[in-house]
Amino acid sequence: MTEKLSNAQIAWRAAQDIEDGAYVNLGIGFPEIVAKFQPEGREAIFHTENGVLGFGEAPPKGQEDWDLINAGKKAITLKPGAAFFHHADSFAMVRGGHLDVAILGAYQVAQNGDLANWSVGAKGVPAVGGAMDLVHGAKRVAVITDHVTKDGKPKLLEACTLPLTGVACVTRVYTSLCVVDIENGRFVLREKLPSISLEDLQAVTGATLVIDGPVADLIVPELD
Amino acid sequence: MDKTIPTLAEAVADIHDGAVLMVGGFGGSGAPIELIHALIDRFVATGSPKNLTVINNNAGNGRIGIAAMIDMGMVKKMVCSFPRSADPRAFTEKYLAGEIELELVPQGTLAERIRAAGAGIPAFYTPTSFGTELAKGKPVKEFDGRSYVEERWLKADFAIVKGQLGDPYGNITYRMAGRNFNPLMCMAAAKSIVQVSKIVPAGGIEPEQVITPGIFVDRIVEVANPRQEEDMNRAGEVYA
Repeated sequence: MTEKLSNAQIAWRAAQDIEDGAYVNLGIGFPEIVAKFQPEGREAIFHTENGVLGFGEAPPKGQEDWDLINAGKKAITLKPGAAFFHHADSFAMVRGGHLDVAILGAYQVAQNGDLANWSVGAKGVPAVGGAMDLVHGAKRVAVITDHVTKDGKPKLLEACTLPLTGVACVTRVYTSLCVVDIENGRFVLREKLPSISLEDLQAVTGATLVIDGPVADLIVPELD
Repeated sequence: MDKTIPTLAEAVADIHDGAVLMVGGFGGSGAPIELIHALIDRFVATGSPKNLTVINNNAGNGRIGIAAMIDMGMVKKMVCSFPRSADPRAFTEKYLAGEIELELVPQGTLAERIRAAGAGIPAFYTPTSFGTELAKGKPVKEFDGRSYVEERWLKADFAIVKGQLGDPYGNITYRMAGRNFNPLMCMAAAKSIVQVSKIVPAGGIEPEQVITPGIFVDRIVEVANPRQEEDMNRAGEVYA
């Protein structure tokens, strides 16, 4: 059993790459916790699809205002300088290339940047929300994910087998074991946990990890 | 000019069988619960309206609002981006039983299709959904080396939405994130019906503060203390 990062630690690592002044959309669920780990001295402005820029943490229990929610339908609060707008403007911010970063979860990512994160196949009720919009337009589309599925199958693949959310859209992937960039149709390894060998990392990855430049140690503080 | 209507029942009286109906709100935020329930009351009393096509981001939550419309059998088809919620039972059961149709639309495309209808633009191109199963059968065109999917406008016979303030000219403001799809739906529907927390005299809304200009609105009705879907669901309320 290899050491791996917790979800909070993956989110922490992703948060370190968010520049001061960035406009950021965090996908619903796991990516939402990235907001907790903004580095000291940097300010990111968070966007939510349902028409808010500049929101902050959840309000204390009992003080929710249900007209003030995020895309996950959770109650939020406003920071000074926040703004409201309608849905067409909200998605103009997305598709118009105005967001600096979108951070999303994934079922699968392919080496050309294809992303599958909305459907696991034919069964049940399909639901897409804003995922297909978010993968187009943000200057950087990053994915945070466990390196493998719950039953140990690779999530980083040569080609996705699940229905696609978008084609060639992901630029960086933060996993529980490593950080890779997607460049010219390849996974380029940037950082890996010092405790895992390159061979062992490659063995749980469904596509070639290319070494093109230095590979740094992935060092993340203990969290929780 | 006076677009005010005295009662909820009168405001929705002509929504007919088979109508295409836009319902405002994102989840419970901005959802016109009282207008929806007035429509359900009419259905209970008269059996109409039924066979509705309902356009909303979601497909109901719990046993109130759109979920109650679905439970009652008023809805033939949902057009939405995310037919899931904390309690999606109403839609899920009917969908899995083949008793309700679903047109699944990416959220930004849904918003833009509604906006396009309101702006008189029959089709547009978007990168959203290119190369995915939601683009199947749709024309694709390349612009500046990138591929885009053609999407059509989305019109409706009626829109029912929730605002905050309204005046007799139909000028509307919204409350916080309760704005969401509502201004777009007012533009896109042949008849737009808005419930507001307060009707003020003409001039009672600063022109600078108007979000939906009255030209996009046909009827306004006052609901002084509107309920929140989330509160009703937490209390386990049922409207049927």
